[in-house]
Amino acid sequence: MDDIVTEFLVESLEGLDQLDNDFVALEQNPGDKDLIANIFRCIHTIKGTCGFLAFSKLEAVTHVGESLLSHLRDGDLQITPEIISALLTLVDAVREIMACIEADGNEGSKDYPELIAELERLGAGVGAPEEAPPEPEPEPEPVVEAAADEAPLPQAMIDFKPVKAKRRTKPEEVAASAPEPTPPAAPAPAPAPKAAPKPEPTKRASQKESSGAVADASIRVDVGLLDNLMTLVGELVLARNQVLQHTTQNSDAALNATAQRLNHITSELQDSVMKTRMQPIGNVWSKFPRIIRDLAATCGKKIKLELEGQETELDKTILEAIKDPLTHIIRNAADHGIESPEERVSAGKPAEGTVVCRAYHEGGQVNIEISDDGGGIDPQRVLRKALDKGLIGPEEAVRLGTREILSLIFLPGFSTAEKVTNISGRGVGMDVVRSNIERIGGAVDINSSYGQGSALKIKIPLTLAIIPALTVTCREQRYALPQVSLLELVRLEGETAVRGIERIQGVPVHRLRGNLLPLIYLDEVLDHPPVERPESDDEPIVNIVVLQADGQSFGLVVDEINDTEEIVVKPLASLLNDIVTFSGATIMGDGSVALILDVLGIAQVAGLHERGDRQARELESENDASSGRQETLLLFTAGEDHRVAIPLSTVSRLEELPASRIESSGRTSVLQYRGRILPLVYLADALGLQRPSRDDDVVEVIVYRHNGAQVGLVVQEILDIVDDDLVIHRFESSGAVVGSVVIDERVTDVVDVAAAVTASNVPLYRHDGQEAPA
Amino acid sequence: MNHDRQYCTFFVDGLHFGVPVLGVQEVLRYQPMTPVPRAPSIVRGLINLRGQIVTAIDLRMRLDMAPRKGERPPMNVVLRMQQDTVSLLVDEIGDVIDAREDTFEPTPRTLHPTTRELINGVYKLEKSLLLVLDTENVLADIVAA
Repeated sequence: MDDIVTEFLVESLEGLDQLDNDFVALEQNPGDKDLIANIFRCIHTIKGTCGFLAFSKLEAVTHVGESLLSHLRDGDLQITPEIISALLTLVDAVREIMACIEADGNEGSKDYPELIAELERLGAGVGAPEEAPPEPEPEPEPVVEAAADEAPLPQAMIDFKPVKAKRRTKPEEVAASAPEPTPPAAPAPAPAPKAAPKPEPTKRASQKESSGAVADASIRVDVGLLDNLMTLVGELVLARNQVLQHTTQNSDAALNATAQRLNHITSELQDSVMKTRMQPIGNVWSKFPRIIRDLAATCGKKIKLELEGQETELDKTILEAIKDPLTHIIRNAADHGIESPEERVSAGKPAEGTVVCRAYHEGGQVNIEISDDGGGIDPQRVLRKALDKGLIGPEEAVRLGTREILSLIFLPGFSTAEKVTNISGRGVGMDVVRSNIERIGGAVDINSSYGQGSALKIKIPLTLAIIPALTVTCREQRYALPQVSLLELVRLEGETAVRGIERIQGVPVHRLRGNLLPLIYLDEVLDHPPVERPESDDEPIVNIVVLQADGQSFGLVVDEINDTEEIVVKPLASLLNDIVTFSGATIMGDGSVALILDVLGIAQVAGLHERGDRQARELESENDASSGRQETLLLFTAGEDHRVAIPLSTVSRLEELPASRIESSGRTSVLQYRGRILPLVYLADALGLQRPSRDDDVVEVIVYRHNGAQVGLVVQEILDIVDDDLVIHRFESSGAVVGSVVIDERVTDVVDVAAAVTASNVPLYRHDGQEAPA
Repeated sequence: MNHDRQYCTFFVDGLHFGVPVLGVQEVLRYQPMTPVPRAPSIVRGLINLRGQIVTAIDLRMRLDMAPRKGERPPMNVVLRMQQDTVSLLVDEIGDVIDAREDTFEPTPRTLHPTTRELINGVYKLEKSLLLVLDTENVLADIVAA
């Protein structure tokens, strides 16, 4: 797209964001002339420029808005909510057209006749005699405006001079242009708008000078350039670390002094470059007044929004990431939190509800609190809802404290809104908010007292590019753990290391100050083959890093805990993106690469207790034609020497039983097995093979769990358990045989047992003897 | 079909391979690597290449060949790919060769299927056959795996 057009869009959109707030403010202070003047100027500039760039639709729309605004500015019209709404619609329309221009360079197919008519009608509400034909104005004005705006555009990237030039020419231009339109235009409206700024020219001028000074000192820079700069500084930090490491072994005083200087300068440079990426959170919040206003209008509520700490700065990428979650929370607060005025009054509160957004720095992090004095959250209702939706079990529900109950709203599929409005409450709410915030290494917490209001507290890191991290060692490899998720470090030595770890069904736990802390061994999560831990030759030592993820804490057992340092986060290559346990990589002081552990991912991997289910699902996934992955398969023959394999994880037990124990029930063969009736499936039949003709009186049965019931698979001979990187060549067909694999140089069919069992139509028995659905 | 007919060549398991020279960022001696647990087995590790993190792909593993024997560490052929920079681990580096268009032939159909997928064609050089490696395919299938 044309540079000039791009620049026009960037500038105008910035102006429009400001407009939203100005309008909302104007509604509260209808008399504020400065505000009207600001709004007028913004619309006027857009109109002028788009005339120059030949965006006629945009010009037509902004033109009627400008006429209306000029009446407001002159005091010919009183500001009413109706007018504000119409003007806000105008702003939306302008945005819409600009979005079209941005997308494909033209103004889109939409005309806005109703809007134009509405604005004209409102503008015509001025005393009938002054009914100024709006036509005369555009003709002289675009020319003047174009001349004024032409100057800044070519020097697109730098605001420095153009702004000054613009500001300087403006007063003269206003003065100069004032007489010009006077003759053609109707007497009343035309001279008045131009005259209006005149009574206070000195004040205006000085204001302009001061705001101009700020603008003069700023340069518009491409974000990509800043990103690049940040990367380079990251490199410099690493190089610095390496230099420092070398100089510590060197006694050359001059070199050491230089290294120290390099150290200081690098740190300062790092700080400064980080600051260039920082933006005040107010940039995101600037949308909120409008959102609240619109919400209040549609819901018939009275809501006041208070913003505190707008100047709190955050890295741009983080700001982008929290934009949507914050907007969602604000909407929730206004829509569900704040009650209707009547309810509020009857509850003894002021009719006007308040939503407060507060942001502040604390301990290298940014805290954002969003609170409202609305109805709060009813814990009982949350609990009922969670039970209804089956998110928690009844026995769990009894044990939950109020805080834990409240945090249930972050579970996927939870929405308490009794009625779904078009504003919020579609069930894709707080869980998305939480996962978005956790993705950037943040945490979210909710507090609410029923009837008094609720408060959400969000903690987020200042930046993502360089983060403090703890380095740990596991199997000779170093890994970095982001410090945001770190709670504490626990070291068990000697006797405590042995007694301190207890197991529940093989799952290790540690009693940490009376609470059970589930333990995850990092080497297991990273699929390292188990090693014989050296026992008794040394004092046994267990290092536990206590981490927090998804609102739960767990202990990560590592071989060694090293150090904390600032690391530069680098993304992993796209072919490694699927590995959930790593969020990136970094380069350590000695130049080696270390992987950054993803705490959420580790919890996810370790949380999958039902490995079997996962593997079965992987086996069933049909989309990849062939894939190599680690799988443990049970190898056996079914039918005459036909080799078949199934995932071992789906197998409960292997039994060898005398054939005489097989009985029948209906048309199915069954076994009495551990006090239950076990239906049998002859796998040979299911696969369309010949049934094994065995001489001896023994049958081999694989006991398999199927939908909570057990089934016995009768096979010919159980051969082996193979554990290897197997390439499964999958078939397109949907039958029970899902593919083939070469084991011991023989082709072996891989069978989807679930499909085979379902196809065989045997009745399944639940534990209570009822027939279970297949 | 191959307009850039200059090839950076290397040897893997006795076979002579080539990649278009324009796609090669550099050729390096063995670099220390950080292994990536849970990664596809073809990924040997991550290399720090002057601050850039490069993923090292074991070409022998990719081509279903026997693992490398002996003490000689693998060499790196660093390729610029669409999104990432990857390094192919190879046995030995060969010359940069100007291949003549009229010596090109499509891949023989009887080759090992994995090899056939990864090869665009063959140049009949005087002393050897130069197999043109399809670099995009080398990665494409790993992503799927």
